[in-house]
Amino acid sequence: MKKDLLGIADLSPEEIYQILDTAEAMREIGERPIKKVPTLRGKTIVNLFYEPSTRTRTSFEIAEKRLSADTLNIAVATSSVLKGETLADTAMNIEAMAPDMIVLRHASSGACHLLSRICRSRIINAGDGMHEHPTQALLDAFTIRQHNQYIDRLKVAIVGDLLHSRVLRSNVLLLTKLGADVWLSGPPTLMPPGIERVGVHVTTSVDEAVADADVIMMLRIQQERMQGSFFPSLREYFNVFGMTAERVRRAKPGVIIMHPGPINRGVEIASEVADGPYSVILEQVANGVAVRMAVLYLLAGGVEEGD
Amino acid sequence: MPVVMDADRIGRTLARIAHEILERNRGVDELALVGIRTRGVPLARRLAGMIRDINGHEVPTGALDITLYRDDVTRHALGAQPVVRSTDIPFSIDDRRILLVDDVLYTGRTIRAALDALIEFGRPRSIQLIVLVDRGHRELPIKADYVGKNLPTASSQSVQVRLTEIDGQDEVEIQG
Repeated sequence: MKKDLLGIADLSPEEIYQILDTAEAMREIGERPIKKVPTLRGKTIVNLFYEPSTRTRTSFEIAEKRLSADTLNIAVATSSVLKGETLADTAMNIEAMAPDMIVLRHASSGACHLLSRICRSRIINAGDGMHEHPTQALLDAFTIRQHNQYIDRLKVAIVGDLLHSRVLRSNVLLLTKLGADVWLSGPPTLMPPGIERVGVHVTTSVDEAVADADVIMMLRIQQERMQGSFFPSLREYFNVFGMTAERVRRAKPGVIIMHPGPINRGVEIASEVADGPYSVILEQVANGVAVRMAVLYLLAGGVEEGD
Repeated sequence: MPVVMDADRIGRTLARIAHEILERNRGVDELALVGIRTRGVPLARRLAGMIRDINGHEVPTGALDITLYRDDVTRHALGAQPVVRSTDIPFSIDDRRILLVDDVLYTGRTIRAALDALIEFGRPRSIQLIVLVDRGHRELPIKADYVGKNLPTASSQSVQVRLTEIDGQDEVEIQG
């Protein structure tokens, strides 16, 4: 492993499989009466979150505690950032207290790369703007692998707000690295230009993307990142691009339906689908802890030569 | 390099240990075997098979991975992290007499880690240690209850245990 986990872009398929295999072993720890191992005893991990997050922050914190690291959370709403401190200054001040790792969530793409350049601590990207969210893609791959023997050659349909989604970027990078057949669909106004050049199929027809898919991944409509109107109304969006019960009935038997959360019920996914038998949304959340434990463990060791 | 135990010798040694286990533990009801990954696991399974052949009793057998309990996980400056494998102990260890199985006893640090790991699963009545080879050079106050073979070695040498289930053949070799 390299010093930091900034994105899926930096990982080789072997490293991805190494993380997934390690996560498999970590999952068992969560099923023990004492859900804790002493591996990262004496390590300090700072969770620095510049954006609201429940799932990711909680998941990282549980993963860190299960590995016995000392953790502290800095929520920006209560920090000096409100007094005008820059990210680099905040990071250098935290760095001066010698933590071993910093888990960063930030609204600006590339924030983790900035920290990686100025910090000795290991940096883990917990989502940077519209760029990457690597641990989400890893836990998605872990969940897919629980339901399918191989990831390569699977048809994976990803539907929704493609433009603002860091989950999409990380997932496309990971799934294409592992050889999956990736289909993207969403409104043309929410498609990043040139996306088809990365080796995926792109269509505005959800039904075409979903037909015979082994995995359907729904993305959240990110209203907080939308400046301007990208589609007429949420109701219309649901009818044209939402995962309705009718679409699920036409899908391949045994399909799994994923969503990185938080879900907007009745916008990108129908309630009955989100709570239905094909939904693995809560499995994704459960797997997040094991995958993050694997990442923390693998980054805690020595740095390979040349890094 | 010298092969110090061949397949036949390993087989007879394990059979002797199986008999010793039965001799020292009157009643096998509360016994359970736990093999330390990697090569302790097939050894534990073989001992379970031998005990079954002797008295028909099925001793529950589990696998323990101690990687996350090692004392050197975050110490080495270079190189990749050791591979973590899963622990699989499909029974409660509470009040059982646990027979911990490993291939080579050397510094004792693996066994220290295994004891820590095991105790987090419950409170066994006792833990006994079985090793195929004791090569000396202890760094911790740990001693095996059942030893297949005492093997005097220099710390510069390494002892390689190969087992059919993992390596395709049974032998113990000293290298270096």
